[in-house]
Amino acid sequence: MQFVPRSFSERPILVDYNLYQMADRAACPARRNADPEYLYEPYRSTLRRAPRRPLILLPESLSQRTGPIFGHDAITETSSDLTRQHSGEPLGERITVAGRVLDEGGRPVTNTLVEIWQTNAAGRYFHKKDQHHAPLDPNFTGGGRALTDSNGCYRFVTIKPGAYPWQNHDNAWRPAHIHFSVFGADFGSRLITRMYFPGDPLLAFDPIFHSVRDEAARRRLIANFDLGLTKPEWALGYRFDIVLRGRVATPFED
Amino acid sequence: MDMTPSQTIGPFFHLCLTVDETAGRLAGPGAEGERVALICRVLDGDGIPVDDAMIELWQADASGAYNHPDDPRYAEHDPAFRGFGRLATNHEGVCVFETVKPGSNGTSEAPHVNVSVFARGLLKRVVTRIYFSGDPANKEDPVLAMTPADRRETLMARQDSAKPSAWTFDIHLCGERETVFFEI
Repeated sequence: MQFVPRSFSERPILVDYNLYQMADRAACPARRNADPEYLYEPYRSTLRRAPRRPLILLPESLSQRTGPIFGHDAITETSSDLTRQHSGEPLGERITVAGRVLDEGGRPVTNTLVEIWQTNAAGRYFHKKDQHHAPLDPNFTGGGRALTDSNGCYRFVTIKPGAYPWQNHDNAWRPAHIHFSVFGADFGSRLITRMYFPGDPLLAFDPIFHSVRDEAARRRLIANFDLGLTKPEWALGYRFDIVLRGRVATPFED
Repeated sequence: MDMTPSQTIGPFFHLCLTVDETAGRLAGPGAEGERVALICRVLDGDGIPVDDAMIELWQADASGAYNHPDDPRYAEHDPAFRGFGRLATNHEGVCVFETVKPGSNGTSEAPHVNVSVFARGLLKRVVTRIYFSGDPANKEDPVLAMTPADRRETLMARQDSAKPSAWTFDIHLCGERETVFFEI
């Protein structure tokens, strides 16, 4: 990975603890942030790993207003086409997954690194810890990366992942999903999430999905089938837009 | 617009996010400053090492400048210092970053490293900071000042007495010694 700076200079720096009143920040506590709480008992792994003490609100700082920047040398020609990373073609339903990365203000997040990983069509990860009794596909690793363009758009070609069992509870199955990792403009905008597929009956039973308590927020984790993204006689298409937290808001900004 | 919620990284991220094993080097061979190894360890509430976590670090260079154009001192930043690193923890819950001690970033903050930890069982990342134990600037740091005194030590990396370039930092996700985590 290389870290090549891009040129942009909008937004002045403001690092002044006195001007940045905690009270003002507390007045907009939700920030429309629908992240799950750390502790969600139905997801058993949270029990021994979820912090229990209150978080301390970090004052705004140059440390959070900056963050890693990735250049085009972070990606190669086949980085975003997961069906072309081996000598043969992977098995499964070929799909295009595309969308935009935006900030809370609806502004496109440009030149940001988007990384995805997923199971193969049979529901098996190319990972030594995955012992699900389903076949590996020699033509599918399941990892991809792309940079967003000047409109915040990204696009991957892949195959539809499969559902797989896990040990969380009796007869537990994870709905098919694609993991997304996105950096955004600064340290504060970093997000790792998952894209689910519309109409999946397993969503109703999945504690990780339901750790997001707000129903409208859960819907934002589900891609839309998009006929416009399909390629006739070649691939189906799903659209998944991602909204990152914006620049650390200041009391002076709308 | 409404933000996309976080979901856990899960246990299988290695196939994509930590393929590059050189990503633990924040400082290139020519970087200025005092070289340090940051030995980070992640532990769960029972004190058991977390062997499937991913740690990301972000810091200023030895002069305190960030490798980012929004830093007013960006023009002065060390081109041999990239400032970002990420690694997966091993079976002992440990990963080791090669970096330089950050300088003062021009505010009252003491030299520090920003830390994100992702893991199965963490539905969203935890954010903390590594400070350097014994640094005189720690006394003036506004973030340490707002941290309860009895928990401040959880933010301190410890220098190895036998090998002064090695600093260890334990991250207790929960339990009696839970590390101070931040909301940003």
